[in-house]
Amino acid sequence: MTTVTDPARPAVVEAPGPAPARRRRGTFGFNTVSPREKVVRYVLLVFVLLITIGPFLWQLSTSLKGSGEDIYTRIPRLLPAQPTFAHYGEVADTIPVWDYARNSLVVAVLVVGGNIIGASLAGFALSRLQFRGRRLVLGLFLATLVLPGEVTIISQYVTVREFGLANTLFGVALPGMIGALNVLLMYNAFRALPLEVDQAAIVDGANAWQRLVYIGLPSVRGTISVVAIFAFIGAWDDFLWPLIVLTDPDKYTLTVGLQYLSGTFSNNPRLIAAGTMIAFIPIVIVFAPLQRFFFKGVEEGAVKG
Amino acid sequence: MRYHRWFTPWVLVVPALAWLLVFNLWPSINTVILSFTNARPIGGGTFVGLKNFEALLHDEQLRWALLNSVIYMVVCLPFLTVLPLLLAVLVEKKLPGITFFRTAFYTPVVASAVVVALIWQWILDDRGLVNGMAEKLGVISGPLPFLSDQWLLLLSAISLTIWKGLGYYMIIYLAALGNVGRDLHEAAAVDGAGPFRRFVHITVPGVRGTMILISILISVSALRVFSELFILSGGKGGPGGRDNSVVMLIQQYSQGFEGNLGYASALSIVLFFVTVVPMLVLARLNRRGAQV
Repeated sequence: MTTVTDPARPAVVEAPGPAPARRRRGTFGFNTVSPREKVVRYVLLVFVLLITIGPFLWQLSTSLKGSGEDIYTRIPRLLPAQPTFAHYGEVADTIPVWDYARNSLVVAVLVVGGNIIGASLAGFALSRLQFRGRRLVLGLFLATLVLPGEVTIISQYVTVREFGLANTLFGVALPGMIGALNVLLMYNAFRALPLEVDQAAIVDGANAWQRLVYIGLPSVRGTISVVAIFAFIGAWDDFLWPLIVLTDPDKYTLTVGLQYLSGTFSNNPRLIAAGTMIAFIPIVIVFAPLQRFFFKGVEEGAVKG
Repeated sequence: MRYHRWFTPWVLVVPALAWLLVFNLWPSINTVILSFTNARPIGGGTFVGLKNFEALLHDEQLRWALLNSVIYMVVCLPFLTVLPLLLAVLVEKKLPGITFFRTAFYTPVVASAVVVALIWQWILDDRGLVNGMAEKLGVISGPLPFLSDQWLLLLSAISLTIWKGLGYYMIIYLAALGNVGRDLHEAAAVDGAGPFRRFVHITVPGVRGTMILISILISVSALRVFSELFILSGGKGGPGGRDNSVVMLIQQYSQGFEGNLGYASALSIVLFFVTVVPMLVLARLNRRGAQV
Protein backbone atom coordinates (compact mmCIF):
# COMPACT_ATOMS: atom_id res chain seq x y z
CA MET A 1 0.00 0.00 0.00
CA THR A 2 1.53 3.27 -1.02
CA THR A 3 1.46 6.25 1.25
CA VAL A 4 -1.21 8.78 0.42
CA THR A 5 -0.81 12.44 1.12
CA ASP A 6 -2.41 15.49 -0.29
CA PRO A 7 0.67 16.78 -2.05
CA ALA A 8 -0.05 20.42 -1.34
CA ARG A 9 -0.46 19.90 2.36
CA PRO A 10 2.58 20.05 4.56
CA ALA A 11 4.09 16.66 5.16
CA VAL A 12 4.27 16.69 8.91
CA VAL A 13 7.37 15.16 10.41
CA GLU A 14 6.23 13.92 13.79
CA ALA A 15 9.37 14.53 15.79
CA PRO A 16 8.93 16.49 19.00
CA GLY A 17 11.99 17.66 20.85
CA PRO A 18 15.20 19.13 19.47
CA ALA A 19 15.65 19.06 15.74
CA PRO A 20 18.13 16.48 14.50
CA ALA A 21 21.52 17.71 13.35
CA ARG A 22 21.46 19.25 9.90
CA ARG A 23 22.39 16.97 7.08
CA ARG A 24 25.84 17.89 5.89
CA ARG A 25 25.73 19.65 2.60
CA GLY A 26 27.87 18.80 -0.38
CA THR A 27 30.35 21.33 -1.60
CA PHE A 28 30.37 24.42 0.53
CA GLY A 29 30.98 26.85 -2.27
CA PHE A 30 27.92 25.80 -4.21
CA ASN A 31 25.58 26.85 -1.46
CA THR A 32 26.81 30.37 -0.98
CA VAL A 33 24.74 32.83 -2.93
CA SER A 34 26.65 35.56 -4.70
CA PRO A 35 25.55 39.11 -3.80
CA ARG A 36 24.36 39.68 -7.36
CA GLU A 37 22.21 36.57 -7.33
CA LYS A 38 20.84 37.62 -3.97
CA VAL A 39 19.71 40.99 -5.33
CA VAL A 40 18.10 39.39 -8.36
CA ARG A 41 16.31 36.85 -6.19
CA TYR A 42 14.95 39.44 -3.77
CA VAL A 43 13.77 41.69 -6.60
CA LEU A 44 11.88 38.77 -8.12
CA LEU A 45 10.50 37.74 -4.72
CA VAL A 46 9.15 41.22 -4.08
CA PHE A 47 7.68 41.35 -7.58
CA VAL A 48 5.78 38.08 -7.03
CA LEU A 49 4.78 39.28 -3.55
CA LEU A 50 3.14 42.34 -5.13
CA ILE A 51 1.18 40.11 -7.49
CA THR A 52 0.00 37.64 -4.86
CA ILE A 53 -0.61 39.96 -1.90
CA GLY A 54 -1.31 43.22 -3.74
CA PRO A 55 -4.99 42.50 -4.49
CA PHE A 56 -5.67 41.74 -0.81
CA LEU A 57 -4.00 44.99 0.27
CA TRP A 58 -5.96 46.92 -2.35
CA GLN A 59 -9.20 45.45 -1.01
CA LEU A 60 -8.19 46.24 2.58
CA SER A 61 -7.37 49.79 1.54
CA THR A 62 -10.71 50.18 -0.27
CA SER A 63 -12.58 48.98 2.82
CA LEU A 64 -10.87 51.67 4.92
CA LYS A 65 -11.38 54.61 2.56
CA GLY A 66 -13.81 57.27 3.72
CA SER A 67 -17.17 57.76 2.02
CA GLY A 68 -16.12 61.19 0.81
CA GLU A 69 -12.97 59.87 -0.73
CA ASP A 70 -12.85 59.20 -4.48
CA ILE A 71 -12.07 55.50 -4.77
CA TYR A 72 -12.25 55.58 -8.55
CA THR A 73 -9.31 57.91 -8.92
CA ARG A 74 -7.11 57.07 -11.85
CA ILE A 75 -3.94 57.34 -9.89
CA PRO A 76 -4.33 54.54 -7.37
CA ARG A 77 -3.75 55.45 -3.74
CA LEU A 78 -3.00 52.56 -1.45
CA LEU A 79 -3.17 54.55 1.76
CA PRO A 80 -6.66 55.90 2.54
CA ALA A 81 -6.75 59.70 2.83
CA GLN A 82 -9.64 59.57 5.30
CA PRO A 83 -9.21 56.19 7.02
CA THR A 84 -12.34 54.86 8.72
CA PHE A 85 -13.78 51.63 10.06
CA ALA A 86 -17.31 52.88 9.37
CA HIS A 87 -17.93 50.49 6.47
CA TYR A 88 -17.48 47.48 8.72
CA GLY A 89 -20.46 48.71 10.74
CA GLU A 90 -22.35 49.78 7.65
CA VAL A 91 -22.04 46.40 5.96
CA ALA A 92 -23.75 44.89 9.02
CA ASP A 93 -26.72 47.22 8.44
CA THR A 94 -27.03 46.00 4.86
CA ILE A 95 -26.70 42.26 5.45
CA PRO A 96 -26.50 40.44 8.82
CA VAL A 97 -22.81 39.84 8.27
CA TRP A 98 -22.04 38.89 11.88
CA ASP A 99 -24.83 36.29 11.87
CA TYR A 100 -23.36 34.90 8.67
CA ALA A 101 -19.94 34.78 10.29
CA ARG A 102 -21.47 32.94 13.25
CA ASN A 103 -23.15 30.47 10.86
CA SER A 104 -19.84 29.85 9.09
CA LEU A 105 -18.19 29.34 12.45
CA VAL A 106 -20.83 26.80 13.55
CA VAL A 107 -20.32 24.81 10.36
CA ALA A 108 -16.52 25.03 10.60
CA VAL A 109 -16.46 23.91 14.26
CA LEU A 110 -18.69 20.91 13.50
CA VAL A 111 -16.51 19.92 10.56
CA VAL A 112 -13.26 20.33 12.51
CA GLY A 113 -14.57 18.38 15.51
CA GLY A 114 -16.00 15.60 13.40
CA ASN A 115 -12.80 15.16 11.42
CA ILE A 116 -10.49 15.18 14.43
CA ILE A 117 -12.53 12.49 16.20
CA GLY A 118 -13.71 10.38 13.27
CA ALA A 119 -10.45 10.42 11.30
CA SER A 120 -8.27 9.75 14.38
CA LEU A 121 -10.32 6.73 15.48
CA ALA A 122 -10.51 5.22 12.01
CA GLY A 123 -6.90 6.04 11.14
CA PHE A 124 -5.70 4.41 14.36
CA ALA A 125 -7.75 1.24 13.84
CA LEU A 126 -6.66 0.91 10.21
CA SER A 127 -2.97 1.32 10.93
CA ARG A 128 -2.44 -0.20 14.39
CA LEU A 129 -5.02 -2.97 14.77
CA GLN A 130 -5.23 -6.22 12.80
CA PHE A 131 -8.69 -7.22 11.65
CA ARG A 132 -10.42 -9.00 8.82
CA GLY A 133 -11.54 -6.60 6.08
CA ARG A 134 -8.94 -3.97 6.93
CA ARG A 135 -7.53 -3.81 3.40
CA LEU A 136 -10.98 -3.64 1.88
CA VAL A 137 -11.95 -0.69 4.07
CA LEU A 138 -8.68 1.05 3.28
CA GLY A 139 -9.30 0.48 -0.43
CA LEU A 140 -12.76 2.03 -0.15
CA PHE A 141 -11.32 5.19 1.40
CA LEU A 142 -8.71 5.40 -1.36
CA ALA A 143 -11.26 4.84 -4.13
CA THR A 144 -13.41 7.82 -3.16
CA LEU A 145 -10.49 10.23 -3.65
CA VAL A 146 -10.71 9.82 -7.43
CA LEU A 147 -14.28 11.08 -7.71
CA PRO A 148 -14.66 14.89 -7.94
CA GLY A 149 -17.04 16.04 -5.21
CA GLU A 150 -19.16 18.04 -7.66
CA VAL A 151 -20.24 14.86 -9.43
CA THR A 152 -22.13 13.58 -6.40
CA ILE A 153 -23.21 16.91 -4.97
CA ILE A 154 -26.81 16.63 -6.23
CA SER A 155 -27.47 13.20 -4.80
CA GLN A 156 -25.65 14.24 -1.64
CA TYR A 157 -28.21 17.01 -1.38
CA VAL A 158 -31.01 14.46 -1.89
CA THR A 159 -29.57 12.38 0.97
CA VAL A 160 -29.34 15.38 3.29
CA ARG A 161 -32.88 16.38 2.33
CA GLU A 162 -34.15 12.89 3.17
CA PHE A 163 -32.64 13.27 6.64
CA GLY A 164 -34.78 16.39 6.99
CA LEU A 165 -31.68 18.59 7.09
CA ALA A 166 -32.15 20.66 3.93
CA ASN A 167 -31.83 24.36 4.70
CA THR A 168 -30.09 23.75 8.05
CA LEU A 169 -26.53 24.50 9.12
CA PHE A 170 -26.16 20.95 10.40
CA GLY A 171 -27.04 19.75 6.90
CA VAL A 172 -24.23 21.94 5.52
CA ALA A 173 -21.71 20.51 7.96
CA LEU A 174 -22.79 16.86 8.00
CA PRO A 175 -21.30 15.34 4.80
CA GLY A 176 -17.89 16.91 5.42
CA MET A 177 -17.62 15.85 9.04
CA ILE A 178 -15.41 12.83 8.30
CA GLY A 179 -13.37 13.24 5.12
CA ALA A 180 -11.82 10.20 3.46
CA LEU A 181 -8.60 12.13 2.84
CA ASN A 182 -8.31 13.00 6.53
CA VAL A 183 -8.77 9.35 7.51
CA LEU A 184 -5.89 8.45 5.20
CA LEU A 185 -3.70 11.27 6.54
CA MET A 186 -4.27 10.03 10.10
CA TYR A 187 -3.62 6.48 8.92
CA ASN A 188 -0.25 7.59 7.57
CA ALA A 189 0.62 9.45 10.73
CA PHE A 190 -0.16 6.53 13.04
CA ARG A 191 1.67 4.12 10.78
CA ALA A 192 4.88 6.09 11.21
CA LEU A 193 5.11 5.09 14.89
CA PRO A 194 7.41 2.14 15.56
CA LEU A 195 5.56 -1.11 16.26
CA GLU A 196 7.82 -1.83 19.24
CA VAL A 197 6.12 0.91 21.24
CA ASP A 198 2.78 -0.85 20.81
CA GLN A 199 4.29 -4.18 21.74
CA ALA A 200 5.80 -2.77 24.90
CA ALA A 201 2.43 -1.30 25.85
CA ILE A 202 0.72 -4.64 25.21
CA VAL A 203 3.23 -6.36 27.50
CA ASP A 204 2.34 -3.77 30.13
CA GLY A 205 -1.30 -4.75 29.72
CA ALA A 206 -2.58 -1.70 27.84
CA ASN A 207 -5.75 -2.29 25.84
CA ALA A 208 -6.42 -0.80 22.41
CA TRP A 209 -8.19 2.25 23.82
CA GLN A 210 -5.31 3.04 26.21
CA ARG A 211 -2.79 2.63 23.39
CA LEU A 212 -4.78 5.13 21.32
CA VAL A 213 -5.15 7.70 24.09
CA TYR A 214 -1.75 7.49 25.76
CA ILE A 215 0.57 6.50 22.90
CA GLY A 216 -1.11 7.14 19.56
CA LEU A 217 -2.73 10.54 19.91
CA PRO A 218 0.12 12.34 21.70
CA SER A 219 2.56 11.39 18.95
CA VAL A 220 0.42 12.53 16.01
CA ARG A 221 -0.46 15.98 17.31
CA GLY A 222 1.19 17.63 14.29
CA THR A 223 -0.99 15.79 11.79
CA ILE A 224 -4.08 16.43 13.91
CA SER A 225 -3.44 20.17 13.79
CA VAL A 226 -2.92 20.07 10.03
CA VAL A 227 -6.16 18.13 9.60
CA ALA A 228 -7.96 20.59 11.88
CA ILE A 229 -6.63 23.70 10.13
CA PHE A 230 -7.42 22.44 6.64
CA ALA A 231 -10.86 21.25 7.75
CA PHE A 232 -11.54 24.72 9.11
CA ILE A 233 -10.33 26.47 5.96
CA GLY A 234 -12.27 24.08 3.74
CA ALA A 235 -15.52 24.54 5.64
CA TRP A 236 -15.15 28.32 6.02
CA ASP A 237 -14.30 28.85 2.34
CA ASP A 238 -16.86 26.46 0.88
CA PHE A 239 -19.40 28.06 -1.44
CA LEU A 240 -21.14 25.61 -3.78
CA TRP A 241 -22.41 23.19 -1.12
CA PRO A 242 -23.96 25.77 1.27
CA LEU A 243 -25.38 27.55 -1.79
CA ILE A 244 -27.24 24.37 -2.71
CA VAL A 245 -28.34 23.38 0.80
CA LEU A 246 -29.40 26.75 2.20
CA THR A 247 -32.45 28.61 0.86
CA ASP A 248 -33.28 30.79 3.83
CA PRO A 249 -31.23 34.05 3.89
CA ASP A 250 -31.13 33.91 7.72
CA LYS A 251 -29.09 30.74 7.55
CA TYR A 252 -26.53 31.79 4.93
CA THR A 253 -22.87 31.25 5.62
CA LEU A 254 -20.45 34.09 4.95
CA THR A 255 -19.50 33.09 1.41
CA VAL A 256 -23.13 32.74 0.31
CA GLY A 257 -24.08 35.95 2.11
CA LEU A 258 -21.25 37.88 0.45
CA GLN A 259 -22.33 36.81 -2.98
CA TYR A 260 -25.82 37.96 -2.03
CA LEU A 261 -24.40 41.33 -0.90
CA SER A 262 -22.55 41.94 -4.15
CA GLY A 263 -25.48 40.80 -6.28
CA THR A 264 -28.52 42.34 -4.70
CA PHE A 265 -28.04 45.28 -2.44
CA SER A 266 -25.04 47.36 -2.83
CA ASN A 267 -22.85 48.77 -5.47
CA ASN A 268 -20.62 50.48 -2.97
CA PRO A 269 -17.23 48.79 -3.39
CA ARG A 270 -16.20 49.93 0.10
CA LEU A 271 -18.97 47.85 1.66
CA ILE A 272 -18.19 44.76 -0.39
CA ALA A 273 -14.52 45.23 0.46
CA ALA A 274 -15.34 45.37 4.17
CA GLY A 275 -17.43 42.21 3.81
CA THR A 276 -14.67 40.30 2.03
CA MET A 277 -12.18 41.34 4.70
CA ILE A 278 -14.51 39.98 7.41
CA ALA A 279 -14.48 36.66 5.56
CA PHE A 280 -10.75 36.72 4.84
CA ILE A 281 -9.13 37.80 8.11
CA PRO A 282 -10.20 34.71 10.16
CA ILE A 283 -8.53 32.53 7.53
CA VAL A 284 -5.27 34.44 7.97
CA ILE A 285 -5.51 33.98 11.73
CA VAL A 286 -6.15 30.24 11.43
CA PHE A 287 -3.51 29.77 8.76
CA ALA A 288 -0.70 31.69 10.50
CA PRO A 289 0.21 28.97 13.05
CA LEU A 290 0.45 26.47 10.20
CA GLN A 291 3.64 28.17 9.02
CA ARG A 292 5.46 26.27 11.74
CA PHE A 293 4.64 22.91 10.13
CA PHE A 294 4.53 24.09 6.63
CA PHE A 295 7.87 23.57 5.04
CA LYS A 296 9.45 21.10 7.42
CA GLY A 297 8.82 18.04 5.29
CA VAL A 298 9.70 20.00 2.20
CA GLU A 299 13.07 21.08 3.47
CA GLU A 300 14.03 17.61 4.63
CA GLY A 301 13.75 16.74 0.96
CA ALA A 302 11.43 13.88 1.77
CA VAL A 303 8.23 13.49 -0.14
CA LYS A 304 6.15 10.40 0.17
CA GLY A 305 4.30 9.27 -2.87
CA MET B 1 -2.21 -13.36 18.13
CA ARG B 2 -4.41 -10.32 18.58
CA TYR B 3 -4.38 -8.12 21.60
CA HIS B 4 -7.87 -6.71 21.33
CA ARG B 5 -11.43 -7.99 21.11
CA TRP B 6 -12.64 -8.66 17.59
CA PHE B 7 -15.10 -5.76 17.53
CA THR B 8 -12.75 -3.06 18.85
CA PRO B 9 -11.38 -2.04 15.42
CA TRP B 10 -14.89 -1.96 13.99
CA VAL B 11 -16.14 0.32 16.76
CA LEU B 12 -13.38 2.76 15.83
CA VAL B 13 -13.85 2.46 12.06
CA VAL B 14 -17.64 2.49 11.95
CA PRO B 15 -18.22 6.27 12.11
CA ALA B 16 -15.84 6.99 9.24
CA LEU B 17 -17.11 4.01 7.27
CA ALA B 18 -20.72 5.09 7.77
CA TRP B 19 -19.87 8.55 6.44
CA LEU B 20 -18.10 7.03 3.47
CA LEU B 21 -21.08 4.83 2.60
CA VAL B 22 -23.79 7.43 3.21
CA PHE B 23 -22.11 10.52 1.77
CA ASN B 24 -19.75 9.12 -0.87
CA LEU B 25 -20.63 5.65 -2.13
CA TRP B 26 -24.42 5.82 -1.98
CA PRO B 27 -24.54 9.27 -3.67
CA SER B 28 -22.40 8.01 -6.55
CA ILE B 29 -24.87 5.18 -7.17
CA ASN B 30 -27.84 7.44 -6.56
CA THR B 31 -26.56 9.96 -9.13
CA VAL B 32 -27.00 7.32 -11.83
CA ILE B 33 -30.48 6.40 -10.54
CA LEU B 34 -31.57 10.04 -10.29
CA SER B 35 -30.43 10.77 -13.84
CA PHE B 36 -33.29 8.58 -15.11
CA THR B 37 -35.91 10.52 -13.12
CA ASN B 38 -37.42 13.99 -13.11
CA ALA B 39 -36.86 14.52 -9.35
CA ARG B 40 -37.51 18.08 -8.15
CA PRO B 41 -35.58 20.02 -5.51
CA ILE B 42 -38.64 19.89 -3.21
CA GLY B 43 -39.02 16.12 -3.55
CA GLY B 44 -40.86 13.52 -5.60
CA GLY B 45 -40.09 12.46 -9.16
CA THR B 46 -40.75 9.52 -11.43
CA PHE B 47 -38.72 7.51 -13.91
CA VAL B 48 -38.51 9.14 -17.30
CA GLY B 49 -36.13 6.75 -19.04
CA LEU B 50 -33.51 8.36 -21.23
CA LYS B 51 -35.32 11.69 -21.53
CA ASN B 52 -32.67 13.63 -19.58
CA PHE B 53 -29.90 12.28 -21.76
CA GLU B 54 -31.80 13.15 -24.92
CA ALA B 55 -32.26 16.66 -23.57
CA LEU B 56 -28.49 16.89 -22.98
CA LEU B 57 -27.90 16.51 -26.71
CA HIS B 58 -30.02 19.55 -27.51
CA ASP B 59 -28.83 21.72 -24.63
CA GLU B 60 -27.14 24.74 -26.15
CA GLN B 61 -25.96 26.02 -22.76
CA LEU B 62 -24.22 22.71 -22.15
CA ARG B 63 -22.40 23.07 -25.46
CA TRP B 64 -21.13 26.48 -24.39
CA ALA B 65 -20.22 25.12 -20.96
CA LEU B 66 -18.19 22.28 -22.46
CA LEU B 67 -16.44 24.65 -24.85
CA ASN B 68 -15.65 27.00 -21.95
CA SER B 69 -14.32 24.07 -19.92
CA VAL B 70 -12.00 22.99 -22.70
CA ILE B 71 -10.74 26.56 -23.19
CA TYR B 72 -10.31 26.86 -19.42
CA MET B 73 -8.24 23.71 -19.31
CA VAL B 74 -6.13 24.46 -22.38
CA VAL B 75 -5.21 27.96 -21.16
CA CYS B 76 -4.63 26.97 -17.54
CA LEU B 77 -2.40 23.98 -18.33
CA PRO B 78 0.74 25.69 -19.70
CA PHE B 79 0.64 28.57 -17.22
CA LEU B 80 0.03 26.45 -14.16
CA THR B 81 2.57 23.77 -15.02
CA VAL B 82 5.39 26.26 -15.73
CA LEU B 83 4.92 29.34 -13.53
CA PRO B 84 4.68 27.45 -10.20
CA LEU B 85 7.85 25.54 -11.06
CA LEU B 86 9.69 28.83 -11.62
CA LEU B 87 8.28 30.07 -8.30
CA ALA B 88 9.41 26.90 -6.54
CA VAL B 89 12.94 27.38 -7.89
CA LEU B 90 12.79 31.00 -6.71
CA VAL B 91 11.81 30.14 -3.13
CA GLU B 92 13.88 26.96 -2.92
CA LYS B 93 17.06 28.61 -1.72
CA LYS B 94 16.91 29.43 1.97
CA LEU B 95 17.52 33.16 2.03
CA PRO B 96 16.62 35.19 5.12
CA GLY B 97 12.85 35.75 5.22
CA ILE B 98 12.11 33.02 2.68
CA THR B 99 9.41 31.44 4.89
CA PHE B 100 7.54 34.73 4.81
CA PHE B 101 7.61 34.80 1.02
CA ARG B 102 6.59 31.15 0.72
CA THR B 103 3.65 31.66 3.06
CA ALA B 104 2.65 34.89 1.35
CA PHE B 105 2.64 33.18 -2.05
CA TYR B 106 0.36 30.54 -0.58
CA THR B 107 -2.19 33.06 0.77
CA PRO B 108 -4.43 33.15 -2.35
CA VAL B 109 -4.79 29.38 -2.02
CA VAL B 110 -6.26 29.48 1.49
CA ALA B 111 -8.55 32.44 0.77
CA SER B 112 -12.07 31.53 -0.28
CA ALA B 113 -12.70 31.57 -4.03
CA VAL B 114 -15.63 33.88 -3.25
CA VAL B 115 -13.36 36.37 -1.47
CA VAL B 116 -10.75 36.47 -4.21
CA ALA B 117 -13.38 36.63 -6.94
CA LEU B 118 -15.01 39.63 -5.23
CA ILE B 119 -11.60 41.28 -4.98
CA TRP B 120 -10.97 40.72 -8.67
CA GLN B 121 -14.45 41.93 -9.52
CA TRP B 122 -13.52 45.25 -7.98
CA ILE B 123 -10.09 45.38 -9.61
CA LEU B 124 -11.55 44.56 -13.05
CA ASP B 125 -14.55 46.87 -12.66
CA ASP B 126 -15.20 49.42 -15.42
CA ARG B 127 -13.88 52.04 -13.01
CA GLY B 128 -11.54 49.70 -11.16
CA LEU B 129 -7.79 49.58 -10.75
CA VAL B 130 -6.85 47.93 -14.05
CA ASN B 131 -9.07 50.03 -16.29
CA GLY B 132 -8.23 53.21 -14.37
CA MET B 133 -4.49 52.71 -14.67
CA ALA B 134 -4.65 51.63 -18.31
CA GLU B 135 -6.68 54.73 -19.16
CA LYS B 136 -4.28 56.94 -17.26
CA LEU B 137 -1.36 55.46 -19.16
CA GLY B 138 -3.27 55.99 -22.40
CA VAL B 139 -3.19 52.30 -23.34
CA ILE B 140 -6.97 52.28 -23.85
CA SER B 141 -9.47 55.06 -24.49
CA GLY B 142 -12.48 53.51 -22.77
CA PRO B 143 -12.80 50.83 -20.10
CA LEU B 144 -12.41 47.24 -21.24
CA PRO B 145 -15.55 45.21 -20.39
CA PHE B 146 -13.71 42.54 -18.40
CA LEU B 147 -16.89 41.43 -16.64
CA SER B 148 -19.55 41.82 -19.31
CA ASP B 149 -17.96 40.62 -22.54
CA GLN B 150 -18.35 36.89 -23.13
CA TRP B 151 -14.70 36.14 -23.92
CA LEU B 152 -13.11 38.74 -21.66
CA LEU B 153 -15.15 37.42 -18.75
CA LEU B 154 -13.95 33.89 -19.42
CA LEU B 155 -10.39 35.14 -19.71
CA SER B 156 -10.71 37.10 -16.44
CA ALA B 157 -11.94 33.99 -14.64
CA ILE B 158 -9.10 31.95 -16.12
CA SER B 159 -6.48 34.44 -14.98
CA LEU B 160 -8.07 34.46 -11.53
CA THR B 161 -7.82 30.66 -11.38
CA ILE B 162 -4.19 30.80 -12.48
CA TRP B 163 -3.37 33.47 -9.89
CA LYS B 164 -5.11 31.50 -7.12
CA GLY B 165 -3.42 28.24 -8.10
CA LEU B 166 0.21 29.47 -8.26
CA GLY B 167 0.98 28.85 -4.59
CA TYR B 168 -0.74 25.46 -4.49
CA TYR B 169 1.33 23.94 -7.26
CA MET B 170 4.45 25.77 -6.08
CA ILE B 171 4.34 23.77 -2.84
CA ILE B 172 4.02 20.49 -4.72
CA TYR B 173 7.00 21.39 -6.92
CA LEU B 174 8.98 22.55 -3.91
CA ALA B 175 8.58 19.14 -2.32
CA ALA B 176 9.66 17.49 -5.57
CA LEU B 177 12.69 19.76 -5.99
CA GLY B 178 14.08 18.40 -2.74
CA ASN B 179 14.49 15.07 -4.50
CA VAL B 180 16.38 16.42 -7.51
CA GLY B 181 19.98 15.41 -7.05
CA ARG B 182 22.11 18.19 -5.70
CA ASP B 183 25.25 16.59 -7.09
CA LEU B 184 23.82 16.77 -10.61
CA HIS B 185 23.46 20.53 -10.26
CA GLU B 186 26.94 20.82 -8.86
CA ALA B 187 28.47 18.70 -11.59
CA ALA B 188 26.71 20.73 -14.26
CA ALA B 189 27.81 23.97 -12.63
CA VAL B 190 31.38 22.77 -12.59
CA ASP B 191 31.05 21.94 -16.28
CA GLY B 192 30.03 25.54 -16.86
CA ALA B 193 26.27 25.18 -17.35
CA GLY B 194 24.43 28.40 -16.45
CA PRO B 195 21.26 28.60 -14.38
CA PHE B 196 19.01 28.46 -17.45
CA ARG B 197 20.61 25.34 -18.90
CA ARG B 198 20.62 23.64 -15.51
CA PHE B 199 16.90 24.44 -15.18
CA VAL B 200 16.06 22.95 -18.57
CA HIS B 201 18.34 19.91 -18.43
CA ILE B 202 18.33 18.99 -14.75
CA THR B 203 15.40 20.56 -12.89
CA VAL B 204 12.70 19.91 -15.48
CA PRO B 205 13.57 16.24 -16.11
CA GLY B 206 13.97 15.78 -12.36
CA VAL B 207 10.39 16.82 -11.63
CA ARG B 208 8.85 15.17 -14.68
CA GLY B 209 6.64 12.80 -12.68
CA THR B 210 5.40 15.66 -10.52
CA MET B 211 4.69 17.66 -13.65
CA ILE B 212 2.39 14.94 -14.96
CA LEU B 213 0.62 14.69 -11.60
CA ILE B 214 0.19 18.46 -11.58
CA SER B 215 -1.18 18.50 -15.13
CA ILE B 216 -3.86 16.02 -14.04
CA LEU B 217 -4.73 18.15 -11.03
CA ILE B 218 -4.89 21.32 -13.15
CA SER B 219 -7.05 19.74 -15.85
CA VAL B 220 -9.52 18.21 -13.43
CA SER B 221 -9.85 21.37 -11.36
CA ALA B 222 -10.24 23.51 -14.51
CA LEU B 223 -13.10 21.28 -15.65
CA ARG B 224 -14.72 21.60 -12.20
CA VAL B 225 -14.55 25.39 -12.06
CA PHE B 226 -17.48 27.07 -10.35
CA SER B 227 -16.98 29.92 -7.89
CA GLU B 228 -14.72 32.13 -10.02
CA LEU B 229 -17.04 32.20 -13.02
CA PHE B 230 -20.15 32.36 -10.84
CA ILE B 231 -19.02 35.39 -8.84
CA LEU B 232 -17.35 37.30 -11.69
CA SER B 233 -20.50 36.91 -13.81
CA GLY B 234 -22.69 37.94 -10.88
CA GLY B 235 -24.28 34.48 -10.81
CA LYS B 236 -25.71 34.95 -14.30
CA GLY B 237 -23.18 33.03 -16.37
CA GLY B 238 -22.29 35.93 -18.66
CA PRO B 239 -24.23 37.39 -21.60
CA GLY B 240 -26.93 34.93 -22.65
CA GLY B 241 -25.61 32.33 -20.21
CA ARG B 242 -22.71 31.61 -22.52
CA ASP B 243 -20.11 31.81 -19.74
CA ASN B 244 -21.45 28.90 -17.72
CA SER B 245 -19.38 25.94 -16.64
CA VAL B 246 -20.80 22.45 -16.25
CA VAL B 247 -20.86 22.78 -12.46
CA MET B 248 -22.69 26.12 -12.78
CA LEU B 249 -25.39 24.39 -14.83
CA ILE B 250 -25.64 21.65 -12.18
CA GLN B 251 -26.10 24.32 -9.52
CA GLN B 252 -28.75 26.14 -11.56
CA TYR B 253 -30.86 23.01 -11.94
CA SER B 254 -30.52 22.20 -8.23
CA GLN B 255 -32.71 25.05 -7.05
CA GLY B 256 -36.11 26.66 -7.20
CA PHE B 257 -39.37 25.64 -8.81
CA GLU B 258 -37.70 25.37 -12.20
CA GLY B 259 -35.10 23.02 -10.76
CA ASN B 260 -34.72 19.47 -11.98
CA LEU B 261 -32.48 17.18 -9.96
CA GLY B 262 -32.85 14.45 -12.57
CA TYR B 263 -31.37 16.66 -15.26
CA ALA B 264 -28.74 17.97 -12.84
CA SER B 265 -27.72 14.36 -12.18
CA ALA B 266 -27.43 13.68 -15.91
CA LEU B 267 -25.16 16.74 -16.10
CA SER B 268 -23.13 15.31 -13.18
CA ILE B 269 -22.55 12.15 -15.18
CA VAL B 270 -21.33 14.27 -18.10
CA LEU B 271 -18.98 16.02 -15.65
CA PHE B 272 -17.70 12.66 -14.43
CA PHE B 273 -16.80 11.48 -17.93
CA VAL B 274 -15.26 14.83 -18.83
CA THR B 275 -12.96 14.74 -15.78
CA VAL B 276 -11.97 11.12 -16.35
CA VAL B 277 -10.54 11.90 -19.82
CA PRO B 278 -7.49 13.92 -18.72
CA MET B 279 -6.74 11.37 -16.00
CA LEU B 280 -6.68 8.55 -18.55
CA VAL B 281 -4.68 10.49 -21.14
CA LEU B 282 -2.04 11.56 -18.69
CA ALA B 283 -1.86 8.19 -16.98
CA ARG B 284 -1.05 6.75 -20.41
CA LEU B 285 1.56 9.43 -21.01
CA ASN B 286 3.09 8.58 -17.67
CA ARG B 287 3.33 4.88 -18.48
CA ARG B 288 4.83 5.49 -21.89
CA GLY B 289 7.37 7.84 -20.37
CA ALA B 290 8.32 5.23 -17.80
CA GLN B 291 9.08 2.70 -20.51
CA VAL B 292 11.47 4.95 -22.40
